[in-house]
Amino acid sequence: MDQKTVARVAHLARLEISQEQQETLVGQLSSIIGFVEQLSEVNTDNVKPLASVVDAALPLRKDEVTDGQKKEAILANSPEQNEDFFVVTKIVE
Amino acid sequence: MTDLTKLTIADALTGLTNKDFTATELTQAHIDQAEVKKNLNVFITATPEKALAQASDSDARYQSGTAKALDGIPLGIKDLFCTNGTRTTAGSKILENFIPQYESSVTQKLVDDGSVFLGKTNLDEFAMGSSNTTSFFGNVINPWKSTANPSVDYVPGGSSGGSAAAVAAGIAMGATGTDTGGSIRQPASFCGIVGVKPTYGRCSRFGTIAFASSLDQAGVFARTVEDSAILLRSIAGHDVKDSTSVKMDVPDFASAITGDVKGLRIGIPKEYRMDGMPEEIQNIWNKGAEWLKAEGAEIVDISLPHTKYALAAYYIIAPAEASSNLSRYDGVRYGLRVDGDGIDETYSKTRGAGFGDEVKRRIMTGAYVLSAGYYDAYYIKAQKVRRLIRDDFTKAYEKCDVILTPTAPSGAFPIGENEDDPIKMYLNDIFTVPTSIAGLPGISIPAGLDKSGLPLGLQLIGKAWDEETLFKTADVIEKAACFETLGTTIKKVA
Repeated sequence: MDQKTVARVAHLARLEISQEQQETLVGQLSSIIGFVEQLSEVNTDNVKPLASVVDAALPLRKDEVTDGQKKEAILANSPEQNEDFFVVTKIVE
Repeated sequence: MTDLTKLTIADALTGLTNKDFTATELTQAHIDQAEVKKNLNVFITATPEKALAQASDSDARYQSGTAKALDGIPLGIKDLFCTNGTRTTAGSKILENFIPQYESSVTQKLVDDGSVFLGKTNLDEFAMGSSNTTSFFGNVINPWKSTANPSVDYVPGGSSGGSAAAVAAGIAMGATGTDTGGSIRQPASFCGIVGVKPTYGRCSRFGTIAFASSLDQAGVFARTVEDSAILLRSIAGHDVKDSTSVKMDVPDFASAITGDVKGLRIGIPKEYRMDGMPEEIQNIWNKGAEWLKAEGAEIVDISLPHTKYALAAYYIIAPAEASSNLSRYDGVRYGLRVDGDGIDETYSKTRGAGFGDEVKRRIMTGAYVLSAGYYDAYYIKAQKVRRLIRDDFTKAYEKCDVILTPTAPSGAFPIGENEDDPIKMYLNDIFTVPTSIAGLPGISIPAGLDKSGLPLGLQLIGKAWDEETLFKTADVIEKAACFETLGTTIKKVA
């Protein structure tokens, strides 16, 4: 773990992190990653990964509209809106 | 008149039914107590007007004989549950002004049962923390004082620290919490109250702000085991809006409290006897086993061989899920936005300004372990270890019916301690994380005091869907422990 890695991961996560914070994070993330490395001691040959503790299969339902007409509610917390749209930073040049 | 802030929920329901007092009086007493104990900082958003309006509706129902299961009971709601029209922050600056337009399923059930919401309780930011010191809205202070340092403020535990402190201080009769790795049980232990994390899938996660979806589970705080059973019944049940909530009947948990543990096999896992564990923790654990034995339970030595690796697996799985869950905070549809030059810079500035240090640390850990080249080595490896941990419990339950452990490796610590080293802070959850990894139900019951007079809890871990055995066993511990909570005088004699 070095500052270059921290900067790269911060970019992947779209997190602005100051130079000073990055330096602190090098140490902290190294210690966290060092701690979780102990899993390499465990023999997991032929063990299937467990993603969910719920044994039941995910239920299916009919693909039908059960909700809607909530334009105002959906827009109520938007930082910026114009008529019925979210306003975002210009993406396409 | 009796002090209404010291009643149990069970007694308050009787008092309301008998018209000894009104829901409005009961609610007002708790609003007043919140004012007196304002320095504890338990609420991010107090809602006294809403509470009094709900209480007045409750009184009308008591008058007309149509009162519901929790009618008029004043509760605290962890500020991770979305409440329609009431600000919900997750303890984060990024949601400082977020006003949900819908109600979480858990709080809807509590509304349907007639309970009264006193306010939204403080928590670690996005439920990430074990001390309630990562909230954007300030630290919560534990209502308990150490006899060794009476002028020092102690942490209430976390992440549901505001809920736990509110119940311990008599500000609320009960409260909701969420538990991802110990966020209900550890603060319950630190604040000397009962905290229940039910089986994963017992309660709906709809409308609960997500931290780590495969681990997050709603639960409750109360001052007695019976009260916690009453509250859990209200919030549990299948919900079509959450595909991981399970179609299981919700039993009347309180009726499982019979006082009879004869022949019940109590498992004591040898791996929880950690090196350097304080003697007082070992002592309270031994006492718990003795209390149950005295009532006819059988103590069985068991082994959970992968316990040692649970915390490491957790600190891969939980941050990984958090980093993807929290990617939704992009400054577009809700929450804070800080404009930058272009969309990427807007995302980065928004998230950099909106999230606190601990949340950033976990997002970074999660993004790292999920990044190309590391996914198999960390994330898949952790999921494999997760299966081994769950299999350990399955095997152990061939020999026992319920498992007894300490809840936390220590009592509460002073605010500011353990802040320099994230691993030291994470170790607080060493006894609660394995249960979460395996999706099992757990309860923390106050059992005694440490050498400086601060509460210590015992944890019971049950088989999946067997919360009833937890409540039955917890009640026997509660009666034997004769623990004096700050607020409520528990009837000691069975």
